[in-house]
Amino acid sequence: MTEALQGLFWIIIFPGFLFTACLGLFASWIVRKVSALVQWRVGPPVLQPFYDVVKLLGKEVLVPQDAQRAVFIAAPVVGLAGVLLLSTMLWRTALTQTAFIGDIIVAIYLMVLPSLALILGSSASASPHAAVGTSREMKLVMGYELSLVMAFVVVVIKTGGQLNLAAIAQQASALSISGMVAFLVALLCVQAKLGFVPFDMAEAETELGSGVLMEYSAAPLAIWKLTQAMMLVALPLFLVMVFLGGFGNAPMPLVWGIGKYVLILVLLILIKNTNPRMRIDQAMKFFWVYCGIALAVAIILATIGNNYGINWL
Amino acid sequence: MSWKIWSLKKSPWVFHVNTGACNNCDIEIVDLLTPKFDVERFGIKLVGSPRHADALLVTGGVTAQAAPRLREVYRQTPKPCVVFCIGACACDKGIFTTGYHMVGPVDKIIKEIDPNAIIAYVPGCPPKPEAMISGIVKALSAL
Repeated sequence: MTEALQGLFWIIIFPGFLFTACLGLFASWIVRKVSALVQWRVGPPVLQPFYDVVKLLGKEVLVPQDAQRAVFIAAPVVGLAGVLLLSTMLWRTALTQTAFIGDIIVAIYLMVLPSLALILGSSASASPHAAVGTSREMKLVMGYELSLVMAFVVVVIKTGGQLNLAAIAQQASALSISGMVAFLVALLCVQAKLGFVPFDMAEAETELGSGVLMEYSAAPLAIWKLTQAMMLVALPLFLVMVFLGGFGNAPMPLVWGIGKYVLILVLLILIKNTNPRMRIDQAMKFFWVYCGIALAVAIILATIGNNYGINWL
Repeated sequence: MSWKIWSLKKSPWVFHVNTGACNNCDIEIVDLLTPKFDVERFGIKLVGSPRHADALLVTGGVTAQAAPRLREVYRQTPKPCVVFCIGACACDKGIFTTGYHMVGPVDKIIKEIDPNAIIAYVPGCPPKPEAMISGIVKALSAL
């Protein structure tokens, strides 16, 4: 009984829903504030993302007449559940070093869940704009998923075949040539997963009128916003765990861990603010051809380095 | 004041509807969203879909073709929402009063489908961005 209660506490309150949602809303405020500062503006107040979500919860829920009602309403909940599990698992590993073999594979699956839910929900909305957005989102997922998995393969090879996040987080894989290449590619994949510029063609407010999210209003839209905010916590945290040596065993692990997280967040924001939106064909070519070749080279380097004990390769 | 209205005042997302304006008011609205005025300070954000919107910025005196579209956009906006008539044409058809193709003004079209709609007026040809901010603040504090 107490174990079940403990599990519920983990999922709902501490590193799970409440904590990650608050942190995610704060992180999305940081994104908006830094973007504003880059454009020489003042930017929104700290509680702005919170106001947005509360406001959306209080509005009238509209479902399009031709929509597949059940799927349309259920999709955001599925997406939220996926990112909730992911963030709980990652925080648990980061804070208590408890992990199970193969959890990196589980994490990779859980990371796709919000994108799949978004594809399902928007294709159930019977809107032509959302349909264009859906097709772009599908192509984008196919594009970055390959690169992301290959980047993780590099890390797994470098750590000698470890499939356990706590074991992978023991060493900072990014401090080597192949690890650095894999880290940079994974950073761009996370950029695409978060739907940030230059990979925001599925939402594309100026051409598709927010594309995949177009038909969502009120509470379901609030759930999507929360999902995106929580992804903003979970995905950089995953990169910290896999590439940057996790929270580590330094005297102040939490300070180190948060520092690494902020570093990745700032990199994401700077990429977001200094690039124009790519076309979908450019994005696929970028991920498959350029990132694919770079990662193939990184895998070869990592294998050589692992076989001959050269750590910097 | 209920929490719904309180949070609506804190983050009014706007959707821009052109119902046959001469483009002048539209340019002023775009000016309003530039870094100089920085309305994101107040949580105001331009959104791409009426389903995300809390306020409709309507410009133009509503032509015969635009009227059914305006009604549809208003129905697609989740309530509670506010309609802003931006410019002389949207408020009272302006210089197009005698035009054969004009069925407006905006408030008449909106009130046909929702007599209780909240409608605010920002006159001017075109109104300055400062006037629009002032109008939005007055309308929201009257809610």
